[in-house]
Amino acid sequence: MVNSIFTNNSNKGTEGHMDKILRIDMGSVGGPKAAAKELGEYAGFGGRAMTSAIISKEVPPLCHPLGAENKLVIAPGMLSGTVAAMSGRLSVGCKSPLTGGIKEANSGGQAAQVLARLGFAAIVLEGKPATDDLYKIVINKDGIKISIDNSLKMLPNYDLVEKMKAEFGDKISCISIGPAGEMKMNVASIACTDMELRPTRHAGRGGVGAVMGSKGVKVIVLDDSGMTMRAPKDPEKFRDANKRFVDGLKQHPVTGQALPAYGTNVLTNILNEAGGYPTYNFKQGNFTGASKISGETQAETETKRGGVPTHGCHRGCVIRCSGIYNDKDGHFLSKQPEYETVWAHGGNCGIDDLDSIAMLDFLDDNYGIDTIEMGATIAVAMDAGIAKFGDAKAAIDLVKEVGKGSHLGRILGGGAAMTGKAFGVERVPVVKGQAMPAYDPRAVKGIGVTYATSTMGADHTAGYAVATNILKVGGFVDPLTSEGQIELSRNLQIATAAVDSTGMCLFIAFAVLDQADTFQALIDLINGFYGGQLTGDGVVELGKKVLSMERDFNTRAGFTAQQDRLPRYFSTEAFAPHNVKFDVKDEDLDKVFNW
Amino acid sequence: MQITIKLFATLRNNRFDSSKMEYSAGTTVLDVLNNLSISEKEAAIIFVNGRHVERDHVMLDGDSVSIFPPIGGG
Repeated sequence: MVNSIFTNNSNKGTEGHMDKILRIDMGSVGGPKAAAKELGEYAGFGGRAMTSAIISKEVPPLCHPLGAENKLVIAPGMLSGTVAAMSGRLSVGCKSPLTGGIKEANSGGQAAQVLARLGFAAIVLEGKPATDDLYKIVINKDGIKISIDNSLKMLPNYDLVEKMKAEFGDKISCISIGPAGEMKMNVASIACTDMELRPTRHAGRGGVGAVMGSKGVKVIVLDDSGMTMRAPKDPEKFRDANKRFVDGLKQHPVTGQALPAYGTNVLTNILNEAGGYPTYNFKQGNFTGASKISGETQAETETKRGGVPTHGCHRGCVIRCSGIYNDKDGHFLSKQPEYETVWAHGGNCGIDDLDSIAMLDFLDDNYGIDTIEMGATIAVAMDAGIAKFGDAKAAIDLVKEVGKGSHLGRILGGGAAMTGKAFGVERVPVVKGQAMPAYDPRAVKGIGVTYATSTMGADHTAGYAVATNILKVGGFVDPLTSEGQIELSRNLQIATAAVDSTGMCLFIAFAVLDQADTFQALIDLINGFYGGQLTGDGVVELGKKVLSMERDFNTRAGFTAQQDRLPRYFSTEAFAPHNVKFDVKDEDLDKVFNW
Repeated sequence: MQITIKLFATLRNNRFDSSKMEYSAGTTVLDVLNNLSISEKEAAIIFVNGRHVERDHVMLDGDSVSIFPPIGGG
């Protein structure tokens, strides 16, 4: 039985312009109602600026994240849907069921540019259906259709996408949740399909998939056939800026050579050599098996098996850091696992087998699970004695428990903090309830400051100090001492909040931080498109504004300075091999947001 | 004196992954780079025993030096 709502022309975005917000009230009496609204006070916002503005303004900070008062905002960036290179990132925002604070999760794939070309600056899912029916939302040039489709219940993402392809053809893009999101687990992600129409890119962190599940939405199917690229105000300036931008990306050795060749997993060896590779649930900073799961080994394996080590996750990406990982028989196993995934399911769990890690990555993608939180959780479970460190088969079985929703699966699906509490584990590496990613805060102190202070919880992309602490990008700040880390994290958090609003992939930062021309080209892209006069200072102001809105929401949600701290044991227990503790002073952590 | 040299990513091309080599006392990191024909630009990140060093760092017997080209991720 289908409960459909067709909307007429007035509920669409204007072709070529991202000028409407599509509000969908999932709890409306008589069935979900969609309405395309003018941007109003949100004009000029995109990506994370859009999601954080709407959440901080419209969501009561004390609401239950799985209730009707929370909202899920899905927003392309300011430049998404244009021909600007790298502009395909999607922001997903809400109050997080994992952290209890504001969340922006960010994803690659096709959805952002397709949604932008359909004319929408955001989709806002509001309210909550009265029944446990599951909804499918389809958006194309003709309008919006929302219908019940309970045949989709508990379908894993890959099966779901196959079904959508059969129903709607292969020109679609999908935003979906797997069983984890339907079960409203804290580890649940939102999947976005890539150029091959596989659900491999995820808005992973903070349980955004659970919020989508709580609103009864299984999948949003997007089809921009018949829509045009968004057109710049000053086409010549825009075209010139894009050329300089692409040249800058190609010429920088990280974006032009290292990332295309090895992908993000090139970081395994360097973090391991630096003694900052968290191993056996953050017990020590080197892993004897690191080389077996390194980016070098992964690239070699992929090539040997007919996979692809150089691959873009969205149309318009010129870096192409992704890849395709085949099994030993040459069949698709998963997209090339990212560094954080390889770390979480690899060294952090003592696992040194890339095939097992790729299988875990596939399972996470299929069930719709944040790979970082899942790997950190398994390691905590290993510390609890539920499985042995290094036992890849046990790790795979644990993730399958999550997919099944067994009682053990529900505990693990609640994330690292919940698992630690359930099993009486003392050392649980989380901030604001969210698990730390693949860089130890004691040996990479700049990222420790970001973990402690970011509005997002322990988050590495929010202020990627690793670039300057370890990789010598944008200068160098010694990772093993406290000096300079506050300023480093602050500047990167501000810059990242701005970049996250543009729809640009954050990896442009490697080129933009090192090459002034490339930073200018980015500003010229924005000004060429919007016809404005944004300056470098304006970028900083935008970043500060976004962070201030997020901080304000968190304060109203009950967060204090005590939430901007690492767990105590990071400061009291020395960490091998460098025997370091996290010793950045609390009073300095409280200075990060000093404007 | 004996030094362990580890090379990564593209620096391994036409060279090696890891090798123990003999060098005279007083050898600097720059000497090692020159000996392996690795340009200063290529040797973007250098660790000795897990700590960042500059090119004028003097090697000691038993040291391990890890050299990376410009790389990134996140």
